[in-house]
Amino acid sequence: MDAVSHFLHAIPVDLIIIQTVNGIVTGMILALIASGLTLIFGIMDVVNFAHGELFMLGAYIGVVVIASTGSFWLALVISSLVVAILGAALQVATLRPLIGRDPLNTILVTFGISLVLQNFALWNFGPVARKIPEPISSSFTLFYLQYPWYRILIAVLSAAIIGGFWLFLKYSRFGVWIRATTQDRVMAQAMGIPVPLVYTGVFALGAAMAAASGVLFAPLVGVNHTMGLDWVLKAFIVVVVGGMGNLGGSIAAAIFISLLEAYATIWVDPSQAVIVSFVVLILTLLFRPTGLFVPTPK
Amino acid sequence: MTTAPLDKTMPLGRVKLSHTAVFWIGFCAVMAVLIVAPLVLPEFWRRFLTEILIWGLLAMSSDLLIGYTGMISFGHSAFFGLGMYGAAAALLIVSPANLWLAILFGLAGAAAAALFVAYFSTRLRDIYFAITTLIFSQIFYVIIFTWTPVTGGENGLIFTRPHLSIPFLYDARFTSSTMHWFVLAIVAASYLFLRRVTQSPFGMVLQSIRENEARTRAIGYPVQLYKIVAVMLSGLFAGLAGVLYAVQNQFAAPDFVYFITSGDTVIFNVLGGIGTLVGPIVGAGFFQLMRELLSRLFGDQFPYLIPLGLVFIVMIIFLPQGLLGFARRWLNR
Repeated sequence: MDAVSHFLHAIPVDLIIIQTVNGIVTGMILALIASGLTLIFGIMDVVNFAHGELFMLGAYIGVVVIASTGSFWLALVISSLVVAILGAALQVATLRPLIGRDPLNTILVTFGISLVLQNFALWNFGPVARKIPEPISSSFTLFYLQYPWYRILIAVLSAAIIGGFWLFLKYSRFGVWIRATTQDRVMAQAMGIPVPLVYTGVFALGAAMAAASGVLFAPLVGVNHTMGLDWVLKAFIVVVVGGMGNLGGSIAAAIFISLLEAYATIWVDPSQAVIVSFVVLILTLLFRPTGLFVPTPK
Repeated sequence: MTTAPLDKTMPLGRVKLSHTAVFWIGFCAVMAVLIVAPLVLPEFWRRFLTEILIWGLLAMSSDLLIGYTGMISFGHSAFFGLGMYGAAAALLIVSPANLWLAILFGLAGAAAAALFVAYFSTRLRDIYFAITTLIFSQIFYVIIFTWTPVTGGENGLIFTRPHLSIPFLYDARFTSSTMHWFVLAIVAASYLFLRRVTQSPFGMVLQSIRENEARTRAIGYPVQLYKIVAVMLSGLFAGLAGVLYAVQNQFAAPDFVYFITSGDTVIFNVLGGIGTLVGPIVGAGFFQLMRELLSRLFGDQFPYLIPLGLVFIVMIIFLPQGLLGFARRWLNR
């Protein structure tokens, strides 16, 4: 009995609660990135390698707008809009010519885009990380920590954006087009849905969501040109674990993986905690290659 | 090598030469140029050419997957890096340092990584394969980067170059020329071996997997087994490239296990032409030359990857066959 109670006392309850909050916050950011990625994949079979770079560019544009206007919220909106336009242009210029070719070409082309964008950012903004100040600086007490309200706000805002996006998919005309095209591209085209326009629109939407998450996340870590790769990797893991093209699954997987990583950092170094999500991925591939959060295929 | 006749024989003057003869004449001509090169080139370009050959070997190994099996690997840095660290282990632990032991250790390291990656990622196809190889290479990167006591962490490992020794025959320090010839011999042997593999029945099955995986499976071939062997083979040659790079530069660094190396490998392949085996070497040469040229013209800080990335994108859209794509059928006969 003694051993059991000793073991129970050894569990750091306060740390676990703190890390639960942290995990949910990063999970929501990740969900925001991954839902754009999974949508782009679901509708046009494109694995967007440049998604992390859109996230990174979004953060940089946020830095620029804040430097000139001082308003974080204006930065969030402008950055999303600019990156959405950039995304649409990229889709038209590079992905549209590849429609009908082997989908592997799209991963190559988006990889090329990510290279160009990343080096553009390095060239233009330099290697030193930029910082965005938190728009609200108040905090509340969580055990022995002063926990910033801003982090909670990130989670809420991300949830709001994803929720708004879901409503858009469910009720707007363009959303219905998107869902129809996802289900059956050829039939949708036959019904008069402008499929090429839907493709471009979806890419722009995904890009805007990546940019928004970039701006939201920037105050926590600072902005540099390599931040994209880490996040796109995580988003890839999330998308595979959640089931490619499955929006709900991606969100669940994002929170699940972020929570696991957050708990892992209680015991190991954060750079090693990434391995936890790799292990989840391996287990998923072994036992449920279609994704953890999708019904078992019959 | 520049002309690509598709008919069985090629008129050369009045004599008609068979495809095999033309191939070997071309091969010998290129080899002759590469053998003579270090005697004419200044020190810098000698090393430059050697490095191109090493990168070419890495790219060629990945061509077996991209060009012949239809699987894009974004994880070749793992095999390359494990080869590097395997060689480093042999050179640091065993004394006196032995070249062949370094190669053996490097190959063992790469094989272990390749077995691990192959077992899991061949369960998936297309983009899923690409993503999982990328993620697996990151696992190795994180391990190597954080396991400082063994791998030297961020700083990597530094060691001295072993002697070029052939038991009972030859034993001398590497000069930049002998290094070049040694690398050239290994790359040429690897090319001939891989070429033979792609033309063997095994290679034919790989190509049929590329063309139509479902049908290959339906005929009765154990597709996953073939893919595992392909990934392992490819990983071994990537590891060999890693060993050569380690011996040439006398260090092993985590940067080379990072994704950038895998990305470069894919770029070499696409630029040079997938499914040709020599194309990736040409691609590596083109890439490194452009990089050198751009940084000489515009200074070291010039982001050479922006123009090269644009070239890469344009090539995929308009010239997916790559620079040597026109010779693809001829080279594979």
